[in-house]
Amino acid sequence: MKENYKTSNLMTNEELQNKITTFNANLEFTEEASQFLNITVPKEDLINLCNQLKKEGFDYLFCMTGIDYGEELGVIYHLESTTDRKQLVVKTQTMDRESPILDSVVSIWKTAELNEMEIFDFFGIKFNNHPNLKRLFLTPDWRGFPLRKDYIDEDNMVIK
Amino acid sequence: MITLSIIKTIHNWLFSVLPERIASITEMVLIAVFYLALFAVIGLYLVLLERRVAAWFQLRRGPNRVGPWGIFQTIADALKLVTKELVGTKRADKFLYNLAPYFVIVTALVSMSVLPFSEQVQAFDINIGVFFLLAVSSIGVIGILLGGWSSNNKYSLIGAMRSGIQTISYELSVGLSLLTMVLLTGTLQLSEIIANQQANGWLIIQGHIPAFIAFSIFMIAGTAETNRAPFDLVEAESELGAGFHTEYSGMKFAYFFLAEFINMFIISSIAVTVFFGGWLSPFGITEGIIWMQPIWFCIKLVAIIFLMMWFRWTFPRLRVDQLLKLEWKYLLPLNLMNIVLMAILIWLGFTI
Amino acid sequence: MTEQIVNNSFKSQEYFVNMGPQHPATHGVLRLILTIDGEIIKNIEPDLGYIHRSIEKMCERDSYQQIVHLTDRMDYLSSHINNEAVCLTVENALGLEVPDRVKVIRTIISELTRIASHCLWWGVMGMDVGALTTYFLAFRDREMINDIFEETCGARLTMNYNIPGGLMFDIHPNFVQRTKEFLTHFRKKLPEYDRLLTNNVIFQKRTKGVGFLSKQDAISYGVSGPVARGSGYSSDVRKIHPYSAYNSVDFNEILFTEGDTLSRYKVRIAEMWESMKIIDQLIDNIPEGDIKVTTKAVIKLPKGEFYQKVETARGELGVYINSTGTKNPYRVKFRSPSLSNLNALKQMAVGGKIGDLVATMASLDIVVPDIDR
Repeated sequence: MKENYKTSNLMTNEELQNKITTFNANLEFTEEASQFLNITVPKEDLINLCNQLKKEGFDYLFCMTGIDYGEELGVIYHLESTTDRKQLVVKTQTMDRESPILDSVVSIWKTAELNEMEIFDFFGIKFNNHPNLKRLFLTPDWRGFPLRKDYIDEDNMVIK
Repeated sequence: MITLSIIKTIHNWLFSVLPERIASITEMVLIAVFYLALFAVIGLYLVLLERRVAAWFQLRRGPNRVGPWGIFQTIADALKLVTKELVGTKRADKFLYNLAPYFVIVTALVSMSVLPFSEQVQAFDINIGVFFLLAVSSIGVIGILLGGWSSNNKYSLIGAMRSGIQTISYELSVGLSLLTMVLLTGTLQLSEIIANQQANGWLIIQGHIPAFIAFSIFMIAGTAETNRAPFDLVEAESELGAGFHTEYSGMKFAYFFLAEFINMFIISSIAVTVFFGGWLSPFGITEGIIWMQPIWFCIKLVAIIFLMMWFRWTFPRLRVDQLLKLEWKYLLPLNLMNIVLMAILIWLGFTI
Repeated sequence: MTEQIVNNSFKSQEYFVNMGPQHPATHGVLRLILTIDGEIIKNIEPDLGYIHRSIEKMCERDSYQQIVHLTDRMDYLSSHINNEAVCLTVENALGLEVPDRVKVIRTIISELTRIASHCLWWGVMGMDVGALTTYFLAFRDREMINDIFEETCGARLTMNYNIPGGLMFDIHPNFVQRTKEFLTHFRKKLPEYDRLLTNNVIFQKRTKGVGFLSKQDAISYGVSGPVARGSGYSSDVRKIHPYSAYNSVDFNEILFTEGDTLSRYKVRIAEMWESMKIIDQLIDNIPEGDIKVTTKAVIKLPKGEFYQKVETARGELGVYINSTGTKNPYRVKFRSPSLSNLNALKQMAVGGKIGDLVATMASLDIVVPDIDR
């Protein structure tokens, strides 16, 4: 799987992992089941880690995904460094399904503005310090968060 | 011979049958009706011509189903417009709303009355011909502003304001470029201008360089006067709304629409009369044949109208501040220098 | 939503205007709420969702072969490239190696799609700026490409030619010859485009210095594709993370540094020349071989997360698939290039005039179904 992708030779995943552990010892690293280095961070440390990663050179957030793991709700950030083309994944999650709140990274990567609105629209995750958090695609009076796994809508969903 | 002596016969017959006052009034009414009919027919066929020329530029055919070469297309469109529902806004100022289209039409008709179509076909030959034309065309702006204001729609108002300022600015250039040519003839009367050209050659050849500059400025400013592309910011579909005639529908919309084409006709006629010799034939080929005169007029007219249509379908649109900058910073100084140049050339006797 | 805007702090001379959702200049059903002061734009807020079809939720109940058919309708002007993205993700996840013939054909059709999309963009850009004839000239050339696709794939817009494992059927015998005819024809027509629009003084005045986006802002806003390359950020996925046959062709990445509308325009025109260069190198040497690798009828990806990037005509499309080992994916996310590009619109157009907004939006080349999915 990994051989099909050209990765940079400047810093391998081990060196990167070592460097990042110096910032914060509270992280989990894994490379299995994915083609990138994954970092799982608790939600309180998210902003610190992201600031440090941006200083390290990861200035391009190319994908931001919300995901419902079944019990937790999480967000996955795919980062890339524009100087040496190294790619990295940061994951965070929260157990609170009633009112999930995470920190917003708009101040670090401006592309997160519309992405976080989309995640709020579909999963219900609120973001602190977001300039304009409201539903993006659905109408303002829509009830429920469609991409959650426990969303039920008899009128609109066709289940096979 | 045939067409124009009809006018003399009708004139004589009227004056022999009716008492003098009533005969003059009847004659005036007949001429007015004739010009109204001309207005309608020219408007209709210019629309068709525009559509076919546009199609030719865009590598497709234009309307050619309704009648041979699509001649009845615009009549069908006009009938459709007549039967449309007049959807007005509720809080529009009723009187001004209904009055606005008539301003533009009356202006166009009055301008048409002074144009010389041939030696004998000219409704109103006053000695301030050119000045009269400029004065009357300024009244058209009122119609646009009234239309925008009375629609009670803020986008119409913005469109009307933009159009108003565009028209007012470019009137200056139109006037000054015509003034340059009046320097050559020494008279404002249109039939005298043509007589001068008959004696000395077309004015654009007489004045060579300054006349050519004046003609270019006149074409640019004339296109801007009639709100045609590349100056059609007002009615551009990609900008906001449809400008000052957003709230008009049916026949009232048709009036604004036709008025644009008639204005194009008037600007072209002025250009033909003042620069290219009106109804004169080039090099005096068909000098004595009277019925060729309107035909020459039409040929030159169609050439200039084709030029204006060519502009529309080729160039992108100017932004409103670029439009005003063009007029006040470039065309106006150029025009003033051109007048001085023409005066110097006449004084030194370098005209042909 | 408009009530919220009105109640926000509002200076007395400002007013707000709706642009869209039906509007000739917004390239689809996009509604922009503009706050304007005179002619200067003070704020832009996009209102999306008019064409939201919940493609990502539908993918969670469909099989992997069915997902491919949903991606055509996202960015319908580069539908082949969207299909290719999903197929590549699935093939890489399963560890399948497709034959060389498939790679070369996929690359050729991707580049033809890119030329078709840029042709349409050029026509619409001219139309937005006011030169109405460009629309007809662009469609005349695009028809030739659509005819080539119709003969090979059966459809003109939503092609459905890729399947995980290869291609659905082999190319038509006329494909090579018709593509070569198109290339000779288009090489003569592209300079016409330059003569009509690019070198026109009015067009240059409308686009030079308008809608400026700096390189740092481009990277921060996640902008990709010709918009990023017009600002000097080298972002061509075909060069950085090559896929299909892009390793074996020689082409340049076009970069301009001015960051305004005119440089984005020039990037796309130059990209059309580069695409023709790529097709030239491949069209004569399509290797023989199979057109697909057989997969099981029910595809099940191994447990894990997979990501694939491709370069569509708009920018970088990313496909993220999170699978738990069953026959349906657990989560599919499409990273849309137009959404990130739209995010940067506020930066580019606030402070300019309405006419500048229209020109800037035309140069961004967004396709709204790609944003809404």
